[in-house]
Amino acid sequence: MAQTVMHPVVKLEKFTKTYFTGEVEVQAVKGVNLTIEPGEFVAIMGASGSGKSTMMNSIGCLDRPTSGTYLLDGVNVGGLDRDELADLRNSKIGFVFQGFNLLSRTSAVENVELPLLYARKKISGFDQRERAQQSLEMVGLGQRYDHHPSQLSGGQQQRVAIARALVNRPALLLADEPTGNLDSQTSIEIMNIFQELNRKGMTIVMVTHELDIANYTLRTVVMRDGRIVTDEPVKNRLDATTELIRLKEEQQAIKLASS
Amino acid sequence: MISLTPVKIAVRALQRNTMRTLLTTLGIIFGVGAVIGGVAIGNGAKSRIEEQIASLGQNVILVLSGNNSRGGVSMGFGSAGTLSKEDYEGLRKEVSGISGVSPEVRSGAQIAAGSANIQTQVIGVGEDYAGIRAWNIDNGANFTETDVKNANKVALIGQTTATTLFSEEDPVGKIIRIKTSPFIVVGVLAKKGMSMNGSDQDDIVLVPYTSAMVRLTQATSFRSFNVQAANASLVPAVQKEIADLLRQKHKILEGRDDDFIVRTQQEITEAATQTSKVMSFLLGSFASVSLVVGGIGIMNIMLVSVTERTREIGVRMAVGARGNDVLLQFLIEAIILSLVGGVLGIGCGFGLSALVKKYLELPTLVSSDSVIIAFGVSAFIGVFFGFYPARKASQLDPIEALRYE
Ligand SMILES: Nc1ncnc2c1ncn2[C@@H]1O[C@H](COP(=O)(O)OP(=O)(O)O)[C@@H](O)[C@H]1O
Ligand SMILES: [Mg+2]
Repeated sequence: MAQTVMHPVVKLEKFTKTYFTGEVEVQAVKGVNLTIEPGEFVAIMGASGSGKSTMMNSIGCLDRPTSGTYLLDGVNVGGLDRDELADLRNSKIGFVFQGFNLLSRTSAVENVELPLLYARKKISGFDQRERAQQSLEMVGLGQRYDHHPSQLSGGQQQRVAIARALVNRPALLLADEPTGNLDSQTSIEIMNIFQELNRKGMTIVMVTHELDIANYTLRTVVMRDGRIVTDEPVKNRLDATTELIRLKEEQQAIKLASS
Repeated sequence: MISLTPVKIAVRALQRNTMRTLLTTLGIIFGVGAVIGGVAIGNGAKSRIEEQIASLGQNVILVLSGNNSRGGVSMGFGSAGTLSKEDYEGLRKEVSGISGVSPEVRSGAQIAAGSANIQTQVIGVGEDYAGIRAWNIDNGANFTETDVKNANKVALIGQTTATTLFSEEDPVGKIIRIKTSPFIVVGVLAKKGMSMNGSDQDDIVLVPYTSAMVRLTQATSFRSFNVQAANASLVPAVQKEIADLLRQKHKILEGRDDDFIVRTQQEITEAATQTSKVMSFLLGSFASVSLVVGGIGIMNIMLVSVTERTREIGVRMAVGARGNDVLLQFLIEAIILSLVGGVLGIGCGFGLSALVKKYLELPTLVSSDSVIIAFGVSAFIGVFFGFYPARKASQLDPIEALRYE
């Protein structure tokens, strides 16, 4: 058997992104080098406007760099057209958004099926349903397959979104402030899912501006003004399962104290 | 193999907002309904006209007195009495290839029988008249050549006249008074129904023209002649022979206009179907306009929904939909909308046609052509008016679309 070369999942070299809005030019990202290997769990941090989302959008193939190169799983994204980018998003990338971005009035399982409907390799309707259901079970929502987003809590909606991101077995899971709209306990529940996925080998890149959320990852990249200023392993790593148990005990204690 | 996935995507998207879906189709429903209903009414009118022309009889040639340009004043056909008794005798004796001929004089008259009393149309005709017009006699018998020769006071009455004057009783053998003269009813005519101009053809009294001229009108000339050619192929020859004969009898010089009109049934049919074609065309055009309006309605709602659904489009693109997938989705949505509208509209068209038939007592005929065309047109409208919004949707930038509030 031939030895397969392991590419970095993400390799940005002198990556820049400039927005041209009328007269003004905004250099959102200014020459970033970043390599993410398979199996990493990276938090991208930084103040608002520091270029995190811009970089994530390019990593997610929603956009192309203005200059520099971006290799996704060894493929140079810079030379691809709109359709090829769409196909890459479909097959290699799972996106989780701050605002969930589920289709309203559409059941959880149909939301999760969405990427499969656009898969270039055709999947039968039966298999689509099967895989969507499995994906929902992975995030603990197997029973809620027929619920509409309006019938689900924020945390549950985000879990449906994660199931949707996972359904096409992507090489890379991207999440732009996935806990931005969630309370702290629900946020930890989401981190629990991410940590579990990462343990099974999923590469995850997540934008957050909360340090305690970043502490659930393995590596933090801090951006300022379109540049990376720090890039280091997480020192005081938190384990979501432990944190959740601790939180439950605390709540129990408060309940006992107040009764 | 063609994939059904785009259809699945479109159907799911439509199901997300059934109210919008229904409202969108409404324009098409009304448009298609109007087209089908309108064409059905037009067709019905046409078939009624054809029926009525057939009720004139077979191979009938009408000779009308009068000229539309005598002394520069329009006289109207059938009014000026240019057809004389000699003309009639001439037609009978000299024109070959005819199987029947009857003159016609008309007058409205007061008719009484017992205590019943009505105003109706009295027509003086020859003994061939009922035969020419294929008008059967339900009860009793036609009057005879002798009755005509002797100006006997005998009458055939129509169904409506019979019921009004005699209700359930058998009129045959009874006396009716026309103006002041008593006539014996010798027969009752079969039911003929409405005429082309909407009058009741069964409200009628037929008497020998001789009796009518002597006792009722004092007229000395005829309004018209009904001539029947022995068969269809003889019609043109008979028409020409009649014209030649009348010009000769009326001493009309070369180059001068006729003072009569000879019309074959075919010419009458053509004129009438022309009229009904114009009517169908007008109805059809009005209805088509409403169909186009329906199409614009679809485009409008699709355009609005492209804006309203910007985020949805962004989400679809983010998970890997290509521009073409989005284009196809919106296009299929539009086609489904217009086809559903088309099908419901066809139902409405049938309903409209049935209502008109029932309550306005107009004959209607839904043609399979109009159904097929309406269906095709609504599919076309879907593609045509759906394309622009669909293309707009497909060209959205995924990031912009996702960020759209
Ligand atoms: N579509 C755009 N057009 C113009 N400027 C933009 C656009 N998107 C982002 N920017 C600008 O780029 C910079 C980085 O934005 P962003 O990547 O969204 O930052 P972050 O996610 O870290 O808050 C900001 O100054 C922002 O105003
Ligand atoms: Mg951001």
